[in-house]
Amino acid sequence: MSMLISLFSAACVLAGVFFFIAGTLGLLRFGDTLSRVHALTKADNLGLGLIALGLLPLVDGIADALKLVVIWALVFLGGTTAAQLVALAVRREQDPPP
Amino acid sequence: MTALLLDLPLALGLFGAGAATLLARSLFGAVLGFISTGLIATLVWVRLEAPDVALTEAVIGAAATSVIILYVASRIGNRATPPAPPPIAQRVLAGILSALLAVLLAHALFSLPEPAPSLAAPVLDNIAPTGLGNPVTAVLMAHRAIDTLLESAVLVFAVFAIWSMAPERRWGRAPGPAFMAEAHGPLAFLAKVLPPIGIVIGVYIAWVGADAPGGKFQGGAVLAAMWVLPWIAGLVAPPSISDMRLRLAIAAGPLVFLMVGLMGFAVAEGFLAYPPGYAKTLILLIETAMTLSVAAAMACMIAGPPERRARP
Amino acid sequence: MNGTAPFALAAAGLVGLGLYGMLAQSSVLRKVIAFNLLGIGVFLVFGIAARRGAAAGLPADPVPQAMVITGLVVAFAATALALVLTLRLHQTTGAVTLAEDPPTANSAAPSE
Repeated sequence: MSMLISLFSAACVLAGVFFFIAGTLGLLRFGDTLSRVHALTKADNLGLGLIALGLLPLVDGIADALKLVVIWALVFLGGTTAAQLVALAVRREQDPPP
Repeated sequence: MTALLLDLPLALGLFGAGAATLLARSLFGAVLGFISTGLIATLVWVRLEAPDVALTEAVIGAAATSVIILYVASRIGNRATPPAPPPIAQRVLAGILSALLAVLLAHALFSLPEPAPSLAAPVLDNIAPTGLGNPVTAVLMAHRAIDTLLESAVLVFAVFAIWSMAPERRWGRAPGPAFMAEAHGPLAFLAKVLPPIGIVIGVYIAWVGADAPGGKFQGGAVLAAMWVLPWIAGLVAPPSISDMRLRLAIAAGPLVFLMVGLMGFAVAEGFLAYPPGYAKTLILLIETAMTLSVAAAMACMIAGPPERRARP
Repeated sequence: MNGTAPFALAAAGLVGLGLYGMLAQSSVLRKVIAFNLLGIGVFLVFGIAARRGAAAGLPADPVPQAMVITGLVVAFAATALALVLTLRLHQTTGAVTLAEDPPTANSAAPSE
């Protein structure tokens, strides 16, 4: 059983790291701001979610598990809002309001 | 060996991010480099078994400092033409001097005495009377309380200094520039959703500092962010800098700290000494006042001197 | 070295970078950023001293760590003051450096 849990955790964390790397590559390689924001937020949110999911079975109690979930939710909220703000700034730069 | 596998990339990344900060061609790039340096430094602090410092570096060193640099950079950096660099001779000389200092410092760090001197044992031996479980908090609040008292006074004077940068005619107005309200934008959404959660988290971080990593500075900084966010979103106006409640909130920490310290002359062994049995209660009292003060002072420092009209 | 060798090198390097940045860059804002890089390096020196002082069951000496926490908050206050001074300098004279000669005409646009 514990073997299975370790395997599950390792798989989730590794997949999470993969998405983080993919998101970072997108940030560095994509040409325009909107695609970069897209790559970063999509991939990073998934990556962090997978890492949090992988760590969940390893924590000691329900309180620590809850903290992990809250951290994930807060980064999700912050990242999403930041992406929206960057996108708005890009739009304002492209066609400024009259 | 596995430790080195983790530490070596971290150390290289830290230096690399620092170098990228200096080499960045645009001011904005330099700020991004600095943010990365701060975040990697946070991880290094975790590796150095200093979770309390890691939290402080993340919240204050990396986040709050970057916010104020980015804010000022966005206000002057884009409009001003980049200044000409100093003459080449000065730069070469600076490079030689800095490299020399770095080499000397590295040499000094590698020739530190073995075994290293440590105050860990005396701190642990004397932690019981304080009733605290976190040795770093015990140092901050009991063993080296004078440092923390002076530091809390520094925050008050920093706010004084920043406020006094305001032009004469703006004295008495609310801190910071006027932000445009966007009632339905993503920032307004975040400013409505986040503070209730963030305030709980800030208070929790300050409270848990007695026994676990955390404390008044880290928690207070989170609270400051939760206060500044609705200002920036234009949802609420900050209080005027003449508002006595704001001034009292900024000064409460050092005042309570100083009063408890002076009380030590009467009921304990001297200045900043706690009477036996009441140490934990008094420390909690000081920490509560300090959390409030750190939050208010940091919010005012982030906002800057008054630039807008006060509330009608 | 108790496994702190890589960080000792990085800390010394950051101190060098920060000092160079403060001496060899003319923009005041970039000097402030360099000052903070220097700060990260100096604080890490304390962290290394703390880690080496692991004793009595603690993974690190809490005294230098507490000093760094104090230092970080004071560094923030100093940075905030320096930035406000920079902003006021720019608002009143249009300058972004501390150079002696007056700023050129195109940048001298007080924005107050």
